[in-house]
Amino acid sequence: MTNITRQNPEDDWFKPLSKDKASAEKVVRPSLSYMADAWRRLRKNKLAMMGLFFLVALMLMAVVVPWISPYSVTSTDYKNQNLAPSLSNWFGTDEAGRDVFVRTWYGARISLFVGIVAALIDCVIGIIYGGIAGYKGGKVDMVMMRIVEVLYGIPNLLVVILLMVVMGPSLTTIIIAIALTGWVGMARIVRGQVLQIKNYEFVTASKSFGAKSSRIIRKNLLPNTMGPIIVQITLTVPSAIFTEAFLSFLGLGVSVPFASWGVMANDALPVILSGDWWRLFFPALFISLTMFAFNVLGDGLQDALDPKLRG
Amino acid sequence: MIKYIIKRFFMMIATIFVIATLTFFLMHSIPGSPLESDRTTNPQIQANLEKFYHLDDPLPIQYVNYLKSIVTFDFGPSIKKPNDSVNSLIERGFPISFELGMVSILVAVISGLILGTLAALKHNGIIDYLAMTIAVVGISIPNFILATLLIQVFAGSLGWLPAATWSGPSYMILPTLALATGPMAIIARLTRSSMLEVLTQDYIKMAKAKGLKPFRVIFRHAMRNALMPIVTIMGTMLAGILTGTFIIERVFAIPGMGKYFVESISNRDYPVIMGTTVFYSAFLVFMLFLVDIVYGLLDPRIKLHNKEGESS
Repeated sequence: MTNITRQNPEDDWFKPLSKDKASAEKVVRPSLSYMADAWRRLRKNKLAMMGLFFLVALMLMAVVVPWISPYSVTSTDYKNQNLAPSLSNWFGTDEAGRDVFVRTWYGARISLFVGIVAALIDCVIGIIYGGIAGYKGGKVDMVMMRIVEVLYGIPNLLVVILLMVVMGPSLTTIIIAIALTGWVGMARIVRGQVLQIKNYEFVTASKSFGAKSSRIIRKNLLPNTMGPIIVQITLTVPSAIFTEAFLSFLGLGVSVPFASWGVMANDALPVILSGDWWRLFFPALFISLTMFAFNVLGDGLQDALDPKLRG
Repeated sequence: MIKYIIKRFFMMIATIFVIATLTFFLMHSIPGSPLESDRTTNPQIQANLEKFYHLDDPLPIQYVNYLKSIVTFDFGPSIKKPNDSVNSLIERGFPISFELGMVSILVAVISGLILGTLAALKHNGIIDYLAMTIAVVGISIPNFILATLLIQVFAGSLGWLPAATWSGPSYMILPTLALATGPMAIIARLTRSSMLEVLTQDYIKMAKAKGLKPFRVIFRHAMRNALMPIVTIMGTMLAGILTGTFIIERVFAIPGMGKYFVESISNRDYPVIMGTTVFYSAFLVFMLFLVDIVYGLLDPRIKLHNKEGESS
């Protein structure tokens, strides 16, 4: 053992601060709600904000462009077939003389509509199913989760294709088919969260005050599962958009005079080798950009909504 | 471990059963007979046809026969292609789809691992940014869009590679690229994040301190543990690639299973739709089962977990 000699610190190093009640009670930083904090952190993520900005712009354009454009989405004009992009037709025209620019934005309407509505339906079914399984626990949970596990193994795309064959292609049936197969992932996430949170002290406290189940679910469990649910929605929307495009591409989507990105890409298939690149390029560009935007936004939200990373 | 495998096995059987039942009742809920398009045939021929395809039996009997046909692996004749049985279509198409799918998975896994590992080793360097840009772009472009773009560039403008059909190695390049890019991007991202995590662990420092060559440290020590998350998503990825072959085959006019499936949908050839759906999903579910077993073998926690008699 060696003796460690300590140097005495200078006396003024550790002077106590003057005790002042007022300043001790002062709140230094305004307290942030969970969502405000998440938003603060999301804003720092440039890529996610770009994604958000793109999606907002996309929605605005999707509403406005088909509305104010001089061209109509469905009417044909056989004098102007397969024109290259120009000042009058910004994205060119297709084989029936329809303006690709207008059709692209109309396609954005369909894609976003399908994506968002299907994701919301998924979300509602998933929350109810997963919430009940997680909250009840025990036998109920076991049976419900066995069912989910069996369903989880089914290849979604095959079932969606089958459903489309049976119900016939239309916008409503696409949404139904996607929603029927997509809720399983959400149910698993909600159930996992609820299972974890329901054992926390504040839930026990609520129970001991005599709160009913419905109140506990609404006030304690749901707000605390919001983060993963929102992240899951931002990931479900692009996968629904992908499925819609996939179905339309197979000829099982919305029918021809109307436009969706998948339909436009499918229509462009016969002419891709003849040099009419704009027919394929614009719908392809917009599907990819939209998927990209949702993906980076989802990634950003995942970090921003994670309470463990809260600064 | 055996208990785990048995549990997974029954889960697989249950899933296949659900798919088969779902397929059967969905197809039979379509109003009208699948033979209806042949309106000109006289009633006697119509009745004989229905007898031939057993469409005159009551539904429960048809259902039982259908389940039998699945167990004995005999899906019966095609309605629209009189010379073909569903089995012969599967025999002809499946090997091609399987080859395309497997090559794509191999390409995706190998290139994804290399890209992800490089990105993790050069964390925040140029290679990292480049690899992650490729990854994000790869995830964002749907495979069928990528397929058409590849045709337009490499078969159309440049004329380097054939655009369609299936008759040699050069025909495989574009479809494989189209199928493998998305999964490759996902694997690269996962590898990067799990590699970054593993590389900070003490045993890696230890291995380096022992004076092992960096190559050996990465492949023997880091890679093994970094692989776990990738095995986890392997199942869904397989499903994605194999159903992806459907649409890729359509784009490239490859005579695989997907072609017959899509054809049978537009022809309303019900036995073919049912047969291919059940066969394909059974195959996928079986692959998921294999992935689960591999996962169980690799992850010691599953063995321990089951010893405690807990299930989840």
